[in-house]
Amino acid sequence: MSLTSVSTASSAKRESRRQIGDVIFFNLSRAFAVLTLLMLAGIIVSLFIGAWPSIERFGFEFLWSKEWNPPMERFGAAIPIYGTVVTSIIALIIAVPVSFGIALFLTELSPVWLRRPLGTAIELLAAIPSIVYGMWGLIIFAPIFSSHIQPFLTQTIGHFPLIGALFQGTPIGIGILAAGIILAIMIIPFISAVMRDVFEVTPTMIKESAYGLGCTTWEVVWNVVLPYTRAGVIGGIMLGLGRALGETMAVTFVIGNSNFLSSASLYEPGNSITSVLANEFSEATPGLYTASLIELGLILFLITLAVLVFSKILLLRLSRQDGTKS
Amino acid sequence: MITLAAQRKLVNQIALAMSLMAMAFGLFWLIWILWTTLDLGLAGLSANLFTKMTPPPGASDGGLLNAIVGSTILVGSATLLGTPIGVFAGIYLAEFGQRTWLGSATRFINDLLLSAPSIVIGLFVYAIYVAQIGKFSALSGVVALALIVIPVVVRTTENMLKLVPNSLREAAYALGAPTWVVVMRVTLRASAAGVITGILLAVARIAGETAPLLFTALSNQFWSLNMNEPMANLPVTIFKFAMSPFKDWQELAWAGVFLITMGVLGLNILARVVFREKHKL
Repeated sequence: MSLTSVSTASSAKRESRRQIGDVIFFNLSRAFAVLTLLMLAGIIVSLFIGAWPSIERFGFEFLWSKEWNPPMERFGAAIPIYGTVVTSIIALIIAVPVSFGIALFLTELSPVWLRRPLGTAIELLAAIPSIVYGMWGLIIFAPIFSSHIQPFLTQTIGHFPLIGALFQGTPIGIGILAAGIILAIMIIPFISAVMRDVFEVTPTMIKESAYGLGCTTWEVVWNVVLPYTRAGVIGGIMLGLGRALGETMAVTFVIGNSNFLSSASLYEPGNSITSVLANEFSEATPGLYTASLIELGLILFLITLAVLVFSKILLLRLSRQDGTKS
Repeated sequence: MITLAAQRKLVNQIALAMSLMAMAFGLFWLIWILWTTLDLGLAGLSANLFTKMTPPPGASDGGLLNAIVGSTILVGSATLLGTPIGVFAGIYLAEFGQRTWLGSATRFINDLLLSAPSIVIGLFVYAIYVAQIGKFSALSGVVALALIVIPVVVRTTENMLKLVPNSLREAAYALGAPTWVVVMRVTLRASAAGVITGILLAVARIAGETAPLLFTALSNQFWSLNMNEPMANLPVTIFKFAMSPFKDWQELAWAGVFLITMGVLGLNILARVVFREKHKL
């Protein structure tokens, strides 16, 4: 055996070893990527199977039945779905204008040296665990809310036709309105962070052209930046909505956990899908009760998923538009 | 008679004033919540907190030792379990799957999972694990938290790897390095700070997660390190104590909230510092 053949043999061996290394590495990383992919399908399928006894028993009636009676084993999702949707809507009504203002402040108005600290502060607000918001909401916010804000709202907005009915009733602090407000405080950081990011995407040249024509700051933002970033702004709002719909602890503490609604008032204690799950799941008897709770979870997941997909598509569209124009 | 110019100026000023108020409104809540946490949390802070177990109702001398240790174990194990999976999936997306069908699909799904309600993740683990075994356990809590870690780590790993200049990869390939060496020793190392940032943020995210633990690890009033039994943890203990009518329990809950908030904010700030040190942004 000559020296050269030995070296080729060993290099061939090395070559095959490195190929094996690459094959293993590639397949390992791909397997984990596939795992992530399968998780979504896994969640839907497993929840569907878990909820099957309830789906089979109640069918579509589950969606609009208001009855939630564990001893009689009669379950309907109308009250929790109402609670989830209404608290999220209240949260959006408050959070969207505020977030827009914050994003406007951070991108156009604030002195440059203040932008980073303020932006960081808002982002930190997003990092605080939701249980902190919930506990703060129940123990600190709710008493002040019932003694000062609720009577004030009843006396002012309460006299308006139509929407006045929403602000009637005993001010007990906790309830649907309080949950909506806590949710708003929670999602403001998310929405304003996305809005700030998309506002910064607007090319400086377009903005400067508008300023050059004599536009005021407000006119630049309203007529130039906002139309340019519309898809991204809506995407950010949807992202916040997704958060609000799925939020558990902040809502569970303050919504009041009642499965009955006696009037349309937002002062009423209610329940959201997440608060029912958080409160009742560990005590639920296996069988129909558990299955109904899992079906609630499935409904929540499908609603959130639809909102998130919509948001994602809008945000992707903005980044693609950004890619082609710059 | 107001001229058009004056009117435009007025509208502008009103709008900017509203924007300023919105900013103040946002900061107002942040300061109020942090202030409450500091105020009531510091009051509850004592040596007992770290040396005594959670008390039965009515008892006045109790701490959160079992909950603190339990939370540390749950969060630590979940991070150890979720991080490798997330990093490898992120490597696939950045290095192999840029333009493949699988890559785009995974990226899209991962972003959905990133914002999926954590309570649903808890239900999922309940359905596939707890319901099959027939009992709540710390291990199922670890799985649930790991499933929340994965999307966060995937996202940051991919983003950070994409920032690595291609010339670095090409240089390594030119030296004859196989792909796995290029990724592990060159690109991953170059983006280490970013990946660590992502892991820190993931830890911060799960440290305060309550909802998924309600269906999995549950909680435990006693000291237990058995992974097959329910394990005490801070968030669920806080939830239970805060909702209770007992004053001592509420004080402990505030102390717990203080610990979690400080921990999470600390991790977030640390993550920023790590990232900035490396990238000098």
